[in-house]
Amino acid sequence: MNELEEFREEVAAWLQQNRPAQPDFLLPETFMEVGTDSQFHFLRDWQQQVYEAGYLGMAWPKEYGGGGKPQVLQDIATQEMARLKVPFMTNTIGLNWAGPLILAIGTEEEKQKYIKRILSAEDIWCQGFSEPDNGSDLAAATTTAVRDGDEYILNGSKIWTSLGSFARYMILLAKTNPKADNRYAGLSYFLSPMDVPGIDVQPIRKLTGEYGFTQTFFTDARIPASCLMGNEGEGWQIAMKTLTFERGATGGQAGGLAMNQMSVSDVVELARRSTREGRPAIEDPLIRDQLIRFLTEEQGDRLSGVRAGIPALVSERPAAIPMSGKLRGTEHKRRLFQFALSLMGSNAARWVGDSHADRGGLWPRSYFNSFSATIGGGTSQVQANIVGERVLGLPKDQG
Amino acid sequence: MAQVNLKGTMTFSDEQAMLLDTATDYFRDKFPMAYVRDQMLSSSGYEQTRWDEMVALGWSGLAIPEEFGGSGLGLAAAVTIAEPMGRALAATPFLSTQLFVQGMLHGGSVDQKNAYLSQIAEGKIGTVALFEDSGGWDLTDVGVELIDGRLKGAKTFVVDAGVADWVLVSARRDGELVVVVVNKADLTGSTLEREVVIDETRRSYRLSFNGTPAAEVLGDASTALNAIRNAALLLIAAESGGGIAGVLNVVVEYLTTRTAFGKKIGGFQGLKHPTVDILIGLERTRSHVYHAASLLDAGEDAQAAIHMAKAEASDSFAFAGDRAIQFHGGFGFTWDCDAQMYLRRALWSQYSFGDAAYHRKQLAALLL
Repeated sequence: MNELEEFREEVAAWLQQNRPAQPDFLLPETFMEVGTDSQFHFLRDWQQQVYEAGYLGMAWPKEYGGGGKPQVLQDIATQEMARLKVPFMTNTIGLNWAGPLILAIGTEEEKQKYIKRILSAEDIWCQGFSEPDNGSDLAAATTTAVRDGDEYILNGSKIWTSLGSFARYMILLAKTNPKADNRYAGLSYFLSPMDVPGIDVQPIRKLTGEYGFTQTFFTDARIPASCLMGNEGEGWQIAMKTLTFERGATGGQAGGLAMNQMSVSDVVELARRSTREGRPAIEDPLIRDQLIRFLTEEQGDRLSGVRAGIPALVSERPAAIPMSGKLRGTEHKRRLFQFALSLMGSNAARWVGDSHADRGGLWPRSYFNSFSATIGGGTSQVQANIVGERVLGLPKDQG
Repeated sequence: MAQVNLKGTMTFSDEQAMLLDTATDYFRDKFPMAYVRDQMLSSSGYEQTRWDEMVALGWSGLAIPEEFGGSGLGLAAAVTIAEPMGRALAATPFLSTQLFVQGMLHGGSVDQKNAYLSQIAEGKIGTVALFEDSGGWDLTDVGVELIDGRLKGAKTFVVDAGVADWVLVSARRDGELVVVVVNKADLTGSTLEREVVIDETRRSYRLSFNGTPAAEVLGDASTALNAIRNAALLLIAAESGGGIAGVLNVVVEYLTTRTAFGKKIGGFQGLKHPTVDILIGLERTRSHVYHAASLLDAGEDAQAAIHMAKAEASDSFAFAGDRAIQFHGGFGFTWDCDAQMYLRRALWSQYSFGDAAYHRKQLAALLL
């Protein structure tokens, strides 16, 4: 057995020994769904435990709290977390977007200040990009940051802020120069504290009845001028760099499992233990056909990820696979969970909290929550426009 | 199987990349749509000069091992020819001949391979006769009989039989499945009847045997049939992938030039979004195809990958062809619009060697 295999066994053993017991409440499946204090504390404690064991941020520099080890070890640890289905790492925005961004372009001081506490989950991070009046159109941000001595004064509002109730910092896109030549040049990027007067966080109740998102209101909130990242006017470029981390287009993330979302194999398992007309649902030809459709689609998209790395096989439209990824993946999940409900017969109508609900009502909740991905980060319809226009060269649709 | 585990292997050599480039240019230059339409009216469906060019490029022998006169590059290399060929809707005996090659390669003795394969690499044409009147796709559902070395019964959808030098025919001898070789000289007169099929670029025949002699009996019928089927599924899927790319370009061209209600119609989301769905079907199809080809080349179990490739390719191509008609409006309803050419090819491909639902059923047996 080589060193990597030994390490894989070591991680697996640790995870099995230390995985937290199933709590008596239903856990979220992604960081966008952390709605209660008990869910949050459970997940934060778990992240801290994983970090202290040395299985998070393994490839981040040692001087800032990382492990200073090869990326391949972190990848193995992450794979084992996924395989053993342990809870995800809740500080997703810090670990995967803000953290790698700070390591890539932040100052020495910023790295010293933020990185270790992102890994240990002492500081939770949230993201302030979207606004109430411009969901998918980030450059239209109207939240303002006005320089006043050693401070910036923030006014405006950000919405769909995951972890907003728990966050100590926000990566914030705000307008510093309303008179700029174009709408991109007027934007700046801040690593803003959340615990200052004038920043008010209001939870948003989701379609599931749960919480998880917030709206953040800025009313003459004063933050230190040192919170500006880079220079004024560089906000758009830094936001786009953040999105490359968010979309997984570049490496550098801290690693660790980012979500516990179910896949086709979970639905296959559900079909095995559901019944239809007295027989296992998995024997029903119509259900089998549907399950294979989903498997073929999931496998096709996974293989496209592999093919995207072979230039000779994507030469005609190199952007087609990466640019359609969100559209394909999120719509696949939405339809998959929608289908999963149909396997349970009338029990499909049971909701979270019902004592007879399968897996505590996970299925209908997953279906409802899947809309957060088909809507957030640019709706599927906007995505289809983008792919149609930028990949296929179709005309923009105007009025 | 408790857990569905599918592989993610994909390899593509520089050699394959070169073949794909060469074939893409070749079919684009030599098979423009007007030429393809002209060939629909010819008796053989293709020109000998084109086939001679393809043979000279070494394509007919790509999947034939060097010891039998080919270049030994395997079926994955044939995929790089089939895809651009399908894109142009080019009809050539390439596909039929590859199926003959696979049957002979996997079912024939060394002597038989020596006798046939090097001649194929030099330009002889082969095909396979596997289907019968039921329209079923189970290759073991065979009614043709071999009695005292002679065939009785009928085969349908024998592509390129009119020009084939040899045909591999499945039959039963005392109930046992066999695959035999029939020579061109024995396919005469009433034996050979052209079928009228949905894809007018194809030449498909019904073979009626009434004592037709079998020149050879292959050693291993079920291995031969399995190899033919897998090759057919892979190459048809590859051709369909090419077809989707071809029809997508026709659609995009129309959507970016045709004006209605004061704007280019590609601006309408009702047309734009389903066109993106065509693109997504294309990308998934190509990924499945090159994955299945990679597994086959590496000698790994490719069965599920092949079924997936055919299922995805068939449904995606049929969807693309169907929408292409619709999006051309009134012009789409005409013979002159190229959309119908692709829909016809898509339906031909869908119902060759099993449609998408059939292959999903096979997949369910393997994976669920």
